[in-house]
Amino acid sequence: MQKINREALIEKAAALLDAGTVDRVLAWKRGEFDYDVTPGLFTTREQMEAELVFGDFCGANMSKYLIKETLKGEGKVLVFLKPCDTYSFNQLLTEHRFDREKVYAVGIPCEGMLSVTAIKAAAGDGISKIDVTEEGVVVETLFDGTKVFGHDEMLAERCRNCKSKRHVAYDELMGEEGEVLDSARFDEVAKIEAMSSEERFAFWQGELSRCIRCNACRDVCPACTCEKCVFGNPDSGIENKAITDSFEEKMFHIIRAFHVAGRCTDCGECSRVCPQQIPLHLLNRKFIKDANNLWGDYQAGEEVGSRAPLVDFDFDDMEPGEAVIKNGGEQ
Amino acid sequence: MIKEPLMPVIGVVTDIRIDTPDVRTFRVVTPNGEKPFIHKPGQCAMLSMPGVGEAMFSITSSPTNTEFMEFSIKKCGCLTDWLHAMEVGQQVTVRGPYGNAFPVDTEFTGKDMLFIAGGIGLAPLRSVINYCRHYRDRYGRIDIVYGSRTKDDLVDYNEIITEWIGDDDVHVHLTIDREQEGWDGHVGFVPSYVKELGFSTENRIGILCGPPIMIKFTLQGLVDMGFEKSQIYTTLEMRMKCGIGKCGRCNVGSKYICKDGPVFRFDELDELPDEY
Amino acid sequence: MRAISYAKLDTLFAKIAETHGVYLPVEGKKGTDYKRWEQGDVYSTALNSNRSPKDIFFPQSENLMDFKVEGKSIEIVDTRSESEDFVIFGVRACDVKSIEVLDRVFLKEPADSYYENRRSHAVIMSMACTKPAETCFCKTFGIDPAEPMGDIACWVDGEVLYMNANTEKGEALLEKLEGITEEASADAADTAKALITERMAKLPLAALKADAFGAGKTQKYFDHPAWAELSEACLGCGTCTYVCPTCQCYDIKDFNTGHGVKRFRCWDSCMYSDFTQMSAGQPRLTQLERFRQRFMHKLVYYPENNDGMFSCVGCGRCLAKCPIKMNIAKVMKTIGKENDND
Repeated sequence: MQKINREALIEKAAALLDAGTVDRVLAWKRGEFDYDVTPGLFTTREQMEAELVFGDFCGANMSKYLIKETLKGEGKVLVFLKPCDTYSFNQLLTEHRFDREKVYAVGIPCEGMLSVTAIKAAAGDGISKIDVTEEGVVVETLFDGTKVFGHDEMLAERCRNCKSKRHVAYDELMGEEGEVLDSARFDEVAKIEAMSSEERFAFWQGELSRCIRCNACRDVCPACTCEKCVFGNPDSGIENKAITDSFEEKMFHIIRAFHVAGRCTDCGECSRVCPQQIPLHLLNRKFIKDANNLWGDYQAGEEVGSRAPLVDFDFDDMEPGEAVIKNGGEQ
Repeated sequence: MIKEPLMPVIGVVTDIRIDTPDVRTFRVVTPNGEKPFIHKPGQCAMLSMPGVGEAMFSITSSPTNTEFMEFSIKKCGCLTDWLHAMEVGQQVTVRGPYGNAFPVDTEFTGKDMLFIAGGIGLAPLRSVINYCRHYRDRYGRIDIVYGSRTKDDLVDYNEIITEWIGDDDVHVHLTIDREQEGWDGHVGFVPSYVKELGFSTENRIGILCGPPIMIKFTLQGLVDMGFEKSQIYTTLEMRMKCGIGKCGRCNVGSKYICKDGPVFRFDELDELPDEY
Repeated sequence: MRAISYAKLDTLFAKIAETHGVYLPVEGKKGTDYKRWEQGDVYSTALNSNRSPKDIFFPQSENLMDFKVEGKSIEIVDTRSESEDFVIFGVRACDVKSIEVLDRVFLKEPADSYYENRRSHAVIMSMACTKPAETCFCKTFGIDPAEPMGDIACWVDGEVLYMNANTEKGEALLEKLEGITEEASADAADTAKALITERMAKLPLAALKADAFGAGKTQKYFDHPAWAELSEACLGCGTCTYVCPTCQCYDIKDFNTGHGVKRFRCWDSCMYSDFTQMSAGQPRLTQLERFRQRFMHKLVYYPENNDGMFSCVGCGRCLAKCPIKMNIAKVMKTIGKENDND
């Protein structure tokens, strides 16, 4: 259950609109079903009262929309940022992707977002209503009565292993500030590392072979902001179309992981939107874990202007051969 | 197994004519030396170099030419760059014909013909012009208003001055955008030249082809002169892959340009959404 | 109508497999997908497969032909081969209808021989639904999940699978299966049919109507102001088009293997910015135009070219999978709203 509700967001946004601080609001809009949320713009209190939502399904990270939004007109846009969204926000600023002056950022607390996929898998087809109460996640179904599930089991993996409840960027904060957490997120990577190379290959082969090359992971990713993606370049031979062979299906994701290495904040949006439920964020997280191991802990987006290990240089940097060994590889 | 519409035939390039700095005309026959297939004026074909790409081009030779097929192609992308670099004797693949055609044997018969083209826009009209010249007695007066940036950019210039100009009751009006040494013809943009020339609307068909901005102003000029939109034709261009209305990308509203077009009357275009 | 014990499905598949390839939905680690049946595979009763049976007729990518290029010469190699006879078992009513939607594109003259080859060798055994999802709205498009089309319609009631032939192809197959099936009365599946009909009425989208759409509505909806808001958050990804059982846009590309050129066809998406990009220009400049194209095509353009048939079947996959939860149901409710009284 979230500590802040939609009424509080509407009040805050309406006040900022009235004061002329901002002229539009980027937030979550009611979708077709209880668990459906669409990012959207609001310009009036009436609109917000009719359609703005905030709850346990507002996982969508609004940061990337700021690129498009800040190019429109002169006025400021209000954006609500959950702690993990603020890391993407900073990373985009580091890369000069939008004009900070055109944004008014309000940090909001987050208690973790639920996974619709997990709820659907547990509750089955025909969900009519989902409530989050002290008891847990209460799912009303059309044909099988009401079912209750533990809150934590229904959390998205990225939220179960939340890395930070602290906001690293905002103009104003609602609620109490949280702390950077001692997250167990790298345990998920360690599980894959513990596999034999054959098992690991089979694991990723099994996952990535389901990819349909819809590009949702790329298009939602706050680190994927190239104006012309290599996978959108007809001359690259790997244009954003269907998979042509089993080699290529892996290439797409591996290349993408390399491209966002050191810039990925581990927001987990890629896995949230994947229609084939591929745990794509684990690829990126592996890069983060390795980089931390080799060059010391680094969190992309923690501060604006920080230099990622892969674009930084130090005379004490490890040689590539040493790095392989340090990460458990063979010479 | 049934015939596959996406399967091309081999074409041999037997002649390459340099028209302008960025337009070349390629003559194509089958390996047996025959014309690849029969077509009607205004129809298109898919040309390809395997490994480079495949794209739709207007067949610029007239159907009355029974020996070969010609394509006038402007250099503007990956495939066209390749085509411009190839030599005589090169094989390519060709499939078609695609699209509807100008109604040369129905609506056009007995009419005065007014062709208006800009730049490479003459290419799709050349097959119609030569068809009308071939069956000269089926049509009335023929006017051709053609403009380009410079004299060097006039496509088919040689054919125009050696063949078209000499024909009975064929009136060619050339214009270029700016003054140029060695040019004593008209200078100015096509839309204003058309206005200047002035054409009666009676029993006349207009056909426009060229850059969008030229089409827009010329069309307006013709309407101001009293032309009905149903008297004026044009051809549209969209990205195409299949040529048979299945790959889904060349539609304007419910019409597929590769199949229901590329030839449209302006009153028909008014019925379609403005997305071309 | 013929019947077989549900427990004997393996016997049924094994019998069919003597003469046909068999494809059916099988539960995997992350949801259900169609696969070729092998001994030991269990038929999944999941409502929607992740990927629709479209893949079987119109695969995500397929080789069209090969070229051998040597010097200035080109040789075209026809790589087509006759498909085997095969059965697809367990196709839901919406997905059966989607194959009809695809037929109207691919089999229309000049027919696509790759599709036609597979289609003509296929026998479709459809499966009536038992428990629909909140995302289902097939009724909006006149589809009855209690009476699925296809060559043979199937119903499950308790421990029994009932089968009824809808076509000659279906009758021929049922005849072959007579040794392992039993005769059942024509009304044997009525209880199962009644249950699904009753459940359909309870769905949240049960009242969604397509009446406001169809042929001749281009002018009316093309410039509708709501497209801007509806498409505002669209990521421009291809999820909706790739999970859609009726989306059939494709690209044709060449792949140089180093030993020759393979010309292949692969799915494409009208949501992608390069879909209509030409050297000379781009008619659909922003996501608004691309977004509008997809829905106008399903609700107006396709019906205009196909006797009023819509090219949405209400399977609900896009409702479940869209990253921003924007979908055709919302579009229909928003764009079609003012039309109730005209």
